[in-house]
Amino acid sequence: MMRWGRQQLVRLYQQATAPKIGLFWVAIIPLAWLTLFFAVPLLEILGVSLGSSRRGVPPFIPAWGLSDEGLFFAPNSDSYALLLRHSSDYFIPLYNSTRLAFGSMLICLVLAFPISLWAARASGAVRLSLLVLVLLPFWTSSLLRVYAVMGLLNPTGYINQFLLFLGLRETPLDLMRMDISVYFGIVICYLPLMVLPLYAVLVRIDESLYEAATDLGATRSTTFLTITLPMARPGIVAGCLLVFIPAMGEFMIPELLGGPEQLMMGKVLWAEFFRSRDWPVASALAVLLLLVLSIPILWLRHAERRMRET
Amino acid sequence: MMRSSLPFAAKIIAIIGFAILYVPVTLMIIYSFNAGKLTSVWSGFSTKWYVALSQNDQLLSALFLSIIIAAGAATLSLVLGTLMALSLERIGRFRLRWLLAFLGLAPLVMPEVVTGLSLLLLFIGMEALFGWPSGRGIDTIMIAHATFGMCFVSVIIQARLADFDNSLEEAAADLGAGPLTVFYTVTLPVIAPALIAGWLLAFTLSFDDLVIASFVSGPGSSTLPITVFSSVRLGVTPEVNAIATLIISIASLAVLVASLFMSRLILYGHRSPETDTDT
Repeated sequence: MMRWGRQQLVRLYQQATAPKIGLFWVAIIPLAWLTLFFAVPLLEILGVSLGSSRRGVPPFIPAWGLSDEGLFFAPNSDSYALLLRHSSDYFIPLYNSTRLAFGSMLICLVLAFPISLWAARASGAVRLSLLVLVLLPFWTSSLLRVYAVMGLLNPTGYINQFLLFLGLRETPLDLMRMDISVYFGIVICYLPLMVLPLYAVLVRIDESLYEAATDLGATRSTTFLTITLPMARPGIVAGCLLVFIPAMGEFMIPELLGGPEQLMMGKVLWAEFFRSRDWPVASALAVLLLLVLSIPILWLRHAERRMRET
Repeated sequence: MMRSSLPFAAKIIAIIGFAILYVPVTLMIIYSFNAGKLTSVWSGFSTKWYVALSQNDQLLSALFLSIIIAAGAATLSLVLGTLMALSLERIGRFRLRWLLAFLGLAPLVMPEVVTGLSLLLLFIGMEALFGWPSGRGIDTIMIAHATFGMCFVSVIIQARLADFDNSLEEAAADLGAGPLTVFYTVTLPVIAPALIAGWLLAFTLSFDDLVIASFVSGPGSSTLPITVFSSVRLGVTPEVNAIATLIISIASLAVLVASLFMSRLILYGHRSPETDTDT
């Protein structure tokens, strides 16, 4: 009896001291944080892209804001006009980004599917080892992984030393500053992001479905095409978005592994910002990148809705 | 069991995938113990690059700065991410739920150059308006990292919360526990493993970030990736091999130890094996 009484006292005490907070206030804090540090900055980019460049600190005048004279609103389209005037300088990187991000997305998909399927169908220790092998690189620096790829592909790198050693080549093979080196870099950085959503859907496929299909005389490829692939669709879509979207804006990989032929949007934006110090043009490029990226997202949402209706 | 077997060709492709992930890093680790200055010609075992590393003050101070920023950003991410996950999973429908759900996912796929540039413009705008932050340094990098870190933390905790139906929490509330008591005595112990995983992930993401930190750092606040990047640009050197090996080994060791402890969580996602079989 004594113990019970004490517990009740503790509970009464806790009730009395617990602050009465409305539950909605829990949501206000992260909402306010993300609005201030994610949504408002995107508006800020739009404002600067419609503003004008100048010499000084900071090197721009935004399209709207607060000055000594009060609120002002004076957008102009100079930066966008500049992008159009030099459209070939900016649309080639846009094309390169799309090409290299899409290509690496496909390579990631081809590599990730068997890995995920293997992990999903294996049991116990094998599954755990496969998953840890995929997760491990995700937890280590992508800069250092890209650096390791440089060491492999360099004219003085391991592959070339090996070829020279075997006597297969007289002169080193230039593997850097090529499409293949950029693909290699994007795959080593983003492959885990493709495996994780794929594994998550594949592991949930009911085994009895495969048994039923086999019993009804379906071949392996029929089973794959009619069961595995359709059921993996949400995972494929999620994985492709997780790889394609960030890869489009990638700066570090084309900078370290690519050459002039692999100039990508992220690198152009970086150069406009850090080298030319033309912040309005850099902002306009960011807006352009976001507009381009919204196309696949909106298209997928549209396709998803149509699939659900039929 | 026929369904368990994977076609031979598929296994070969999977192994190629693993080779891409592991061969370059393994060679880098081996050659960090190379005595010679040439990074790809083996000329004997040596730890001299590690000794050289321990005398490189610039790298060491960058490492120290990165650890401080990562710890701060991870802690901030943990608090904000937990609040976000609780809001999305536990407090029911509220009017701006869609907005929070959207704002919580968008930073996960936003290209880093756009995030970095937008935050820099915000900090400059805020400085002009309120005089804060005056200049950019540790605080601005921490805020930037916490903003995407909290979204990763929230995803992990949401998965954990979705697994446990809230009858326990409701029971506690029925018995008269206040919201905070319910949180401390019921919810917190349940999500503890997810909290640890989330903090570690936010720490690593901050510790490894190059692009966003480059935009929002000021003079004198060069993090380790910024410092390493400037020397990587000039080519492959044994000293960078050594620091890369150290960082990758420590991170890998931590993940291996953690995954031994959390093998159930990794194997079955957010579901326990019992619930996994009946869905």
